[in-house]
Amino acid sequence: MILAVASGKGGTGKTSISVNLARVLDFPVQLLDCDVEEPNAHLFLHGSLIGEEEISIAVPKIDATACNACDECVDFCQFNALASFCGAPLVFPELCHGCGGCTLVCSRSAISEENFRIGVVKTFVDGHITLKSGCLDVGVSLASALVHSVKDRLEKGVTAILDAPPGTACPAVATLRGADYVVLVTEPTPFGLHDLKLAVDTVRELYLPFGVVINRVGIGDDRVQRFCSEASIPLLLEIPDDRRIAEAYSRGELIVETLPEYRAHFERLWQAITLHAGARS
Amino acid sequence: MKLAFTTSGENLESKLDPSFGRTKNFLIFDLERQTSTLISNQQNLDAAQGAGIQAAQTIVKAGAQALITGHCGPKAFRVLEAAGVKVYNTEAATIAEALARYQAGELTAAKVANVEGHWA
Repeated sequence: MILAVASGKGGTGKTSISVNLARVLDFPVQLLDCDVEEPNAHLFLHGSLIGEEEISIAVPKIDATACNACDECVDFCQFNALASFCGAPLVFPELCHGCGGCTLVCSRSAISEENFRIGVVKTFVDGHITLKSGCLDVGVSLASALVHSVKDRLEKGVTAILDAPPGTACPAVATLRGADYVVLVTEPTPFGLHDLKLAVDTVRELYLPFGVVINRVGIGDDRVQRFCSEASIPLLLEIPDDRRIAEAYSRGELIVETLPEYRAHFERLWQAITLHAGARS
Repeated sequence: MKLAFTTSGENLESKLDPSFGRTKNFLIFDLERQTSTLISNQQNLDAAQGAGIQAAQTIVKAGAQALITGHCGPKAFRVLEAAGVKVYNTEAATIAEALARYQAGELTAAKVANVEGHWA
Protein backbone atom coordinates (compact mmCIF):
# COMPACT_ATOMS: atom_id res chain seq x y z
CA MET A 1 0.00 0.00 0.00
CA ILE A 2 1.36 3.37 -1.06
CA LEU A 3 -0.54 6.19 0.59
CA ALA A 4 0.03 9.81 -0.44
CA VAL A 5 -0.96 12.61 1.91
CA ALA A 6 -1.57 15.79 -0.05
CA SER A 7 -3.47 19.06 0.07
CA GLY A 8 -4.20 22.03 -2.06
CA LYS A 9 -3.58 24.62 0.61
CA GLY A 10 -0.31 24.63 2.52
CA GLY A 11 -0.23 24.39 6.29
CA THR A 12 -3.33 22.22 6.63
CA GLY A 13 -1.53 19.40 8.42
CA LYS A 14 -0.13 16.97 5.83
CA THR A 15 2.99 16.30 7.86
CA SER A 16 1.03 16.01 11.11
CA ILE A 17 -1.27 13.42 9.55
CA SER A 18 1.65 11.55 7.94
CA VAL A 19 3.89 11.28 10.99
CA ASN A 20 1.11 10.51 13.47
CA LEU A 21 -0.38 7.90 11.17
CA ALA A 22 3.03 6.29 10.71
CA ARG A 23 3.48 6.22 14.49
CA VAL A 24 0.22 4.40 15.32
CA LEU A 25 0.81 1.58 12.82
CA ASP A 26 2.04 -1.62 14.44
CA PHE A 27 4.08 -2.85 11.48
CA PRO A 28 7.09 -1.55 9.51
CA VAL A 29 6.31 1.57 7.51
CA GLN A 30 8.27 3.79 5.15
CA LEU A 31 7.65 7.49 5.51
CA LEU A 32 8.74 9.53 2.50
CA ASP A 33 9.08 13.25 2.94
CA CYS A 34 8.44 14.42 -0.65
CA ASP A 35 8.07 18.06 0.36
CA VAL A 36 11.65 18.49 -0.79
CA GLU A 37 11.61 22.29 -0.73
CA GLU A 38 11.00 22.30 3.00
CA PRO A 39 11.11 18.80 4.46
CA ASN A 40 10.09 18.69 8.12
CA ALA A 41 8.86 15.17 8.94
CA HIS A 42 12.22 14.38 10.58
CA LEU A 43 11.56 17.02 13.22
CA PHE A 44 8.81 14.83 14.69
CA LEU A 45 10.80 11.61 14.90
CA HIS A 46 13.42 10.70 17.46
CA GLY A 47 15.36 8.39 15.19
CA SER A 48 18.91 8.53 14.06
CA LEU A 49 20.27 9.51 10.68
CA ILE A 50 21.64 6.38 9.09
CA GLY A 51 22.43 7.58 5.59
CA GLU A 52 22.67 10.52 3.27
CA GLU A 53 22.89 10.27 -0.52
CA GLU A 54 23.74 13.07 -2.88
CA ILE A 55 21.34 13.35 -5.80
CA SER A 56 22.51 14.69 -9.13
CA ILE A 57 21.13 15.00 -12.62
CA ALA A 58 23.14 14.77 -15.84
CA VAL A 59 23.54 18.21 -17.43
CA PRO A 60 25.25 19.03 -20.73
CA LYS A 61 28.89 20.01 -20.97
CA ILE A 62 29.77 21.53 -24.32
CA ASP A 63 33.12 21.13 -26.04
CA ALA A 64 33.46 24.54 -27.72
CA THR A 65 36.11 23.25 -30.15
CA ALA A 66 33.75 20.57 -31.50
CA CYS A 67 30.65 22.80 -31.55
CA ASN A 68 29.69 24.39 -34.88
CA ALA A 69 27.01 26.61 -33.33
CA CYS A 70 24.20 24.93 -35.26
CA ASP A 71 21.85 25.60 -32.32
CA GLU A 72 20.08 22.23 -32.66
CA CYS A 73 20.50 21.66 -28.93
CA VAL A 74 19.27 25.16 -28.06
CA ASP A 75 16.18 24.71 -30.23
CA PHE A 76 15.52 21.31 -28.70
CA CYS A 77 15.67 22.44 -25.06
CA GLN A 78 12.17 23.20 -23.82
CA PHE A 79 13.48 24.54 -20.54
CA ASN A 80 15.66 27.33 -21.93
CA ALA A 81 18.68 25.82 -20.23
CA LEU A 82 20.86 26.48 -23.25
CA ALA A 83 21.53 29.87 -24.77
CA SER A 84 23.20 30.58 -28.07
CA PHE A 85 24.68 33.78 -29.40
CA CYS A 86 26.52 32.69 -32.53
CA GLY A 87 29.06 30.56 -30.64
CA ALA A 88 29.04 27.46 -28.44
CA PRO A 89 25.88 27.62 -26.28
CA LEU A 90 25.97 28.70 -22.65
CA VAL A 91 24.60 26.12 -20.20
CA PHE A 92 22.31 27.02 -17.30
CA PRO A 93 22.40 23.82 -15.25
CA GLU A 94 19.89 25.15 -12.70
CA LEU A 95 17.24 25.23 -15.46
CA CYS A 96 18.15 21.83 -16.96
CA HIS A 97 15.80 18.91 -16.31
CA GLY A 98 18.42 16.33 -17.24
CA CYS A 99 16.46 14.84 -20.16
CA GLY A 100 19.61 14.28 -22.25
CA GLY A 101 17.92 15.50 -25.45
CA CYS A 102 20.62 18.02 -26.32
CA THR A 103 23.27 15.28 -26.27
CA LEU A 104 21.19 13.19 -28.66
CA VAL A 105 20.49 15.92 -31.21
CA CYS A 106 24.12 17.12 -31.41
CA SER A 107 25.49 15.95 -34.76
CA ARG A 108 29.06 16.86 -33.81
CA SER A 109 29.17 14.89 -30.56
CA ALA A 110 30.19 18.11 -28.87
CA ILE A 111 28.01 17.48 -25.82
CA SER A 112 28.96 15.18 -22.99
CA GLU A 113 27.19 15.02 -19.64
CA GLU A 114 28.35 15.91 -16.19
CA ASN A 115 26.67 15.61 -12.83
CA PHE A 116 24.93 18.59 -11.31
CA ARG A 117 23.93 18.18 -7.67
CA ILE A 118 20.31 19.06 -6.89
CA GLY A 119 19.98 17.87 -3.30
CA VAL A 120 20.17 14.94 -0.90
CA VAL A 121 18.01 12.10 0.33
CA LYS A 122 18.50 11.38 4.03
CA THR A 123 17.43 8.18 5.74
CA PHE A 124 16.37 8.10 9.38
CA VAL A 125 15.20 5.12 11.41
CA ASP A 126 12.91 5.47 14.41
CA GLY A 127 11.54 2.13 15.62
CA HIS A 128 9.25 0.68 12.96
CA ILE A 129 9.43 3.89 10.87
CA THR A 130 12.03 4.37 8.15
CA LEU A 131 12.01 7.95 6.96
CA LYS A 132 13.42 8.97 3.59
CA SER A 133 13.64 12.72 3.44
CA GLY A 134 14.40 14.64 0.26
CA CYS A 135 16.05 18.03 0.63
CA LEU A 136 16.50 20.23 -2.43
CA ASP A 137 19.57 22.46 -2.56
CA VAL A 138 18.97 26.20 -2.23
CA GLY A 139 18.71 27.88 -5.64
CA VAL A 140 17.71 24.69 -7.45
CA SER A 141 14.24 24.51 -8.98
CA LEU A 142 14.09 20.80 -9.81
CA ALA A 143 11.78 19.71 -7.02
CA SER A 144 10.10 17.02 -9.15
CA ALA A 145 13.40 15.35 -10.03
CA LEU A 146 14.26 15.04 -6.35
CA VAL A 147 10.77 13.72 -5.55
CA HIS A 148 11.42 10.97 -8.12
CA SER A 149 14.75 10.22 -6.43
CA VAL A 150 13.03 9.88 -3.06
CA LYS A 151 10.39 7.59 -4.54
CA ASP A 152 13.03 5.51 -6.34
CA ARG A 153 14.18 4.50 -2.87
CA LEU A 154 10.83 2.95 -1.96
CA GLU A 155 11.16 -0.61 -0.82
CA LYS A 156 8.50 -2.70 -2.53
CA GLY A 157 6.10 -4.61 -0.35
CA VAL A 158 6.51 -2.34 2.66
CA THR A 159 3.68 0.07 3.45
CA ALA A 160 4.61 3.61 2.49
CA ILE A 161 3.24 7.00 3.48
CA LEU A 162 4.23 9.84 1.17
CA ASP A 163 4.11 13.34 2.61
CA ALA A 164 3.46 15.47 -0.50
CA PRO A 165 4.36 19.09 -1.10
CA PRO A 166 1.43 21.52 -0.95
CA GLY A 167 -0.37 22.66 -4.07
CA THR A 168 -1.18 20.88 -7.28
CA ALA A 169 1.92 21.66 -9.34
CA CYS A 170 4.51 19.23 -10.76
CA PRO A 171 6.20 18.25 -7.44
CA ALA A 172 2.81 17.33 -5.95
CA VAL A 173 1.80 15.38 -9.06
CA ALA A 174 5.20 13.63 -9.06
CA THR A 175 4.46 12.52 -5.49
CA LEU A 176 0.89 11.41 -6.21
CA ARG A 177 1.58 9.30 -9.29
CA GLY A 178 1.59 5.60 -8.51
CA ALA A 179 -0.12 5.99 -5.14
CA ASP A 180 -2.76 3.40 -4.20
CA TYR A 181 -4.75 5.94 -2.22
CA VAL A 182 -4.62 9.66 -1.52
CA VAL A 183 -5.60 11.49 1.65
CA LEU A 184 -6.35 15.17 1.02
CA VAL A 185 -5.93 17.25 4.15
CA THR A 186 -7.81 20.51 4.35
CA GLU A 187 -9.24 22.98 6.84
CA PRO A 188 -12.82 24.24 7.11
CA THR A 189 -12.19 27.69 5.67
CA PRO A 190 -13.06 29.25 2.30
CA PHE A 191 -9.36 29.08 1.36
CA GLY A 192 -9.16 25.45 2.46
CA LEU A 193 -12.24 24.57 0.40
CA HIS A 194 -11.05 26.46 -2.67
CA ASP A 195 -7.71 24.66 -2.71
CA LEU A 196 -9.30 21.33 -1.82
CA LYS A 197 -11.33 21.58 -5.02
CA LEU A 198 -8.12 22.08 -7.02
CA ALA A 199 -6.58 19.05 -5.29
CA VAL A 200 -9.71 16.98 -5.98
CA ASP A 201 -9.54 17.93 -9.67
CA THR A 202 -5.89 16.86 -9.71
CA VAL A 203 -6.36 13.43 -8.12
CA ARG A 204 -9.39 12.80 -10.35
CA GLU A 205 -7.26 13.64 -13.38
CA LEU A 206 -4.77 11.05 -12.13
CA TYR A 207 -7.57 8.47 -11.55
CA LEU A 208 -6.52 7.97 -7.93
CA PRO A 209 -8.95 6.94 -5.19
CA PHE A 210 -9.03 9.50 -2.39
CA GLY A 211 -10.67 10.69 0.79
CA VAL A 212 -10.57 13.85 2.87
CA VAL A 213 -9.32 14.70 6.34
CA ILE A 214 -10.51 17.99 7.80
CA ASN A 215 -8.12 19.49 10.32
CA ARG A 216 -8.86 22.21 12.89
CA VAL A 217 -12.60 21.66 12.75
CA GLY A 218 -14.32 24.54 14.53
CA ILE A 219 -12.35 27.44 13.06
CA GLY A 220 -14.55 27.99 10.03
CA ASP A 221 -17.81 26.67 8.70
CA ASP A 222 -19.26 23.43 7.32
CA ARG A 223 -18.79 24.13 3.62
CA VAL A 224 -16.02 21.53 3.25
CA GLN A 225 -18.26 18.86 4.82
CA ARG A 226 -21.11 19.84 2.50
CA PHE A 227 -18.83 19.80 -0.54
CA CYS A 228 -17.58 16.30 0.34
CA SER A 229 -21.10 15.06 0.95
CA GLU A 230 -22.45 16.49 -2.31
CA ALA A 231 -19.47 15.16 -4.30
CA SER A 232 -19.67 11.74 -2.58
CA ILE A 233 -16.11 12.08 -1.29
CA PRO A 234 -15.38 9.96 1.80
CA LEU A 235 -14.71 12.06 4.88
CA LEU A 236 -12.09 9.96 6.64
CA LEU A 237 -11.38 11.97 9.77
CA GLU A 238 -12.12 15.28 11.44
CA ILE A 239 -9.60 16.67 13.90
CA PRO A 240 -10.91 19.39 16.21
CA ASP A 241 -9.23 22.76 16.56
CA ASP A 242 -7.40 21.95 19.78
CA ARG A 243 -4.80 24.40 21.02
CA ARG A 244 -2.89 21.56 22.69
CA ILE A 245 -2.28 20.01 19.26
CA ALA A 246 -0.74 23.25 17.99
CA GLU A 247 1.40 23.49 21.12
CA ALA A 248 2.63 19.90 20.74
CA TYR A 249 3.37 20.55 17.07
CA SER A 250 5.33 23.68 17.89
CA ARG A 251 7.54 21.62 20.20
CA GLY A 252 8.10 18.97 17.52
CA GLU A 253 6.01 16.42 19.40
CA LEU A 254 3.64 13.85 17.98
CA ILE A 255 -0.04 14.34 18.76
CA VAL A 256 -0.50 10.62 19.47
CA GLU A 257 2.32 10.65 22.03
CA THR A 258 1.60 13.94 23.81
CA LEU A 259 -2.18 13.60 23.61
CA PRO A 260 -2.85 9.83 23.68
CA GLU A 261 -6.61 10.41 23.46
CA TYR A 262 -6.06 11.15 19.76
CA ARG A 263 -4.41 7.81 19.09
CA ALA A 264 -7.77 6.23 18.31
CA HIS A 265 -8.45 8.95 15.72
CA PHE A 266 -5.41 7.90 13.71
CA GLU A 267 -6.11 4.20 14.14
CA ARG A 268 -9.60 4.80 12.77
CA LEU A 269 -8.11 6.84 9.93
CA TRP A 270 -5.90 3.92 8.91
CA GLN A 271 -8.89 1.55 9.05
CA ALA A 272 -10.91 3.93 6.86
CA ILE A 273 -8.05 4.24 4.37
CA THR A 274 -7.54 0.49 4.03
CA LEU A 275 -11.31 0.01 3.74
CA HIS A 276 -11.69 2.57 0.93
CA ALA A 277 -8.45 1.63 -0.81
CA GLY A 278 -9.38 -2.04 -0.66
CA ALA A 279 -12.89 -1.38 -1.92
CA ARG A 280 -11.52 0.41 -4.95
CA SER A 281 -8.75 -1.95 -5.89
CA MET B 1 25.36 50.76 -33.50
CA LYS B 2 22.05 49.19 -32.51
CA LEU B 3 20.31 49.68 -29.16
CA ALA B 4 17.59 47.39 -27.81
CA PHE B 5 14.75 48.80 -25.72
CA THR B 6 11.96 46.93 -23.90
CA THR B 7 8.44 48.18 -24.47
CA SER B 8 4.77 47.31 -24.43
CA GLY B 9 4.27 49.75 -27.32
CA GLU B 10 5.57 50.07 -30.85
CA ASN B 11 7.50 53.31 -31.31
CA LEU B 12 9.92 55.75 -29.68
CA GLU B 13 7.13 57.51 -27.79
CA SER B 14 6.02 54.24 -26.17
CA LYS B 15 6.61 53.38 -22.54
CA LEU B 16 9.85 51.70 -21.57
CA ASP B 17 8.93 48.33 -20.01
CA PRO B 18 10.88 47.86 -16.76
CA SER B 19 11.03 44.09 -17.22
CA PHE B 20 13.34 42.49 -19.76
CA GLY B 21 12.58 38.78 -20.15
CA ARG B 22 8.81 39.12 -20.30
CA THR B 23 8.47 42.46 -22.06
CA LYS B 24 5.95 42.51 -24.91
CA ASN B 25 8.27 43.88 -27.60
CA PHE B 26 11.85 44.87 -28.27
CA LEU B 27 12.44 48.04 -30.21
CA ILE B 28 15.82 47.95 -31.94
CA PHE B 29 17.05 51.44 -32.71
CA ASP B 30 19.85 51.96 -35.23
CA LEU B 31 21.80 55.02 -34.12
CA GLU B 32 23.52 55.63 -37.46
CA ARG B 33 20.43 55.27 -39.62
CA GLN B 34 18.03 56.65 -37.00
CA THR B 35 15.60 53.85 -37.84
CA SER B 36 13.80 51.45 -35.58
CA THR B 37 12.50 47.91 -35.96
CA LEU B 38 10.12 46.08 -33.66
CA ILE B 39 10.61 42.47 -32.52
CA SER B 40 7.81 40.63 -30.74
CA ASN B 41 8.67 38.80 -27.52
CA GLN B 42 5.32 37.01 -27.44
CA GLN B 43 6.85 33.51 -27.23
CA ASN B 44 8.52 34.43 -23.95
CA LEU B 45 5.46 35.88 -22.24
CA ASP B 46 4.22 32.36 -21.52
CA ALA B 47 7.58 30.64 -20.97
CA ALA B 48 7.63 28.61 -17.76
CA GLN B 49 11.26 29.45 -17.15
CA GLY B 50 14.27 30.98 -18.85
CA ALA B 51 12.44 33.95 -20.41
CA GLY B 52 15.39 36.23 -19.73
CA ILE B 53 17.80 33.85 -21.44
CA GLN B 54 15.59 33.64 -24.53
CA ALA B 55 15.09 37.40 -24.59
CA ALA B 56 18.85 37.91 -24.41
CA GLN B 57 19.35 35.60 -27.41
CA THR B 58 16.68 37.50 -29.34
CA ILE B 59 18.40 40.85 -28.98
CA VAL B 60 21.87 39.38 -29.57
CA LYS B 61 20.65 37.86 -32.82
CA ALA B 62 19.04 41.17 -33.77
CA GLY B 63 22.53 42.66 -33.65
CA ALA B 64 21.99 44.90 -30.63
CA GLN B 65 25.19 45.98 -28.90
CA ALA B 66 23.44 47.54 -25.93
CA LEU B 67 20.26 46.88 -23.96
CA ILE B 68 18.40 49.72 -22.29
CA THR B 69 15.72 48.52 -19.88
CA GLY B 70 14.52 48.71 -16.29
CA HIS B 71 15.77 45.45 -14.85
CA CYS B 72 17.94 42.58 -15.97
CA GLY B 73 18.38 39.36 -13.98
CA PRO B 74 21.52 37.25 -13.54
CA LYS B 75 20.94 34.62 -16.24
CA ALA B 76 20.04 37.11 -18.96
CA PHE B 77 22.99 39.22 -17.86
CA ARG B 78 25.31 36.23 -18.24
CA VAL B 79 24.19 35.68 -21.85
CA LEU B 80 24.44 39.38 -22.70
CA GLU B 81 27.85 39.68 -21.08
CA ALA B 82 29.13 36.63 -22.99
CA ALA B 83 27.85 38.17 -26.23
CA GLY B 84 29.41 41.54 -25.42
CA VAL B 85 26.09 43.39 -25.11
CA LYS B 86 26.21 46.21 -22.58
CA VAL B 87 23.26 46.59 -20.20
CA TYR B 88 21.96 49.99 -19.11
CA ASN B 89 19.34 50.17 -16.37
CA THR B 90 17.13 53.21 -16.28
CA GLU B 91 13.85 54.37 -14.80
CA ALA B 92 13.08 56.52 -17.84
CA ALA B 93 9.35 56.48 -18.64
CA THR B 94 9.55 56.29 -22.42
CA ILE B 95 11.97 54.93 -25.00
CA ALA B 96 12.59 58.46 -26.29
CA GLU B 97 13.51 59.62 -22.80
CA ALA B 98 15.79 56.61 -22.25
CA LEU B 99 17.45 57.24 -25.62
CA ALA B 100 18.00 60.91 -24.76
CA ARG B 101 19.60 59.94 -21.45
CA TYR B 102 21.82 57.42 -23.20
CA GLN B 103 22.95 59.93 -25.81
CA ALA B 104 23.61 62.54 -23.13
CA GLY B 105 25.94 60.06 -21.45
CA GLU B 106 23.78 59.88 -18.33
CA LEU B 107 23.55 56.08 -18.32
CA THR B 108 26.38 53.85 -17.15
CA ALA B 109 26.80 50.25 -18.20
CA ALA B 110 25.83 47.78 -15.45
CA LYS B 111 28.58 45.50 -14.17
CA VAL B 112 26.17 42.98 -12.64
CA ALA B 113 22.50 42.05 -12.81
CA ASN B 114 20.36 44.56 -10.89
CA VAL B 115 17.67 42.11 -9.76
CA GLU B 116 17.61 38.58 -8.34
CA GLY B 117 16.76 35.64 -10.54
CA HIS B 118 13.22 34.33 -10.15
CA TRP B 119 14.50 30.95 -8.98
CA ALA B 120 17.14 32.24 -6.59
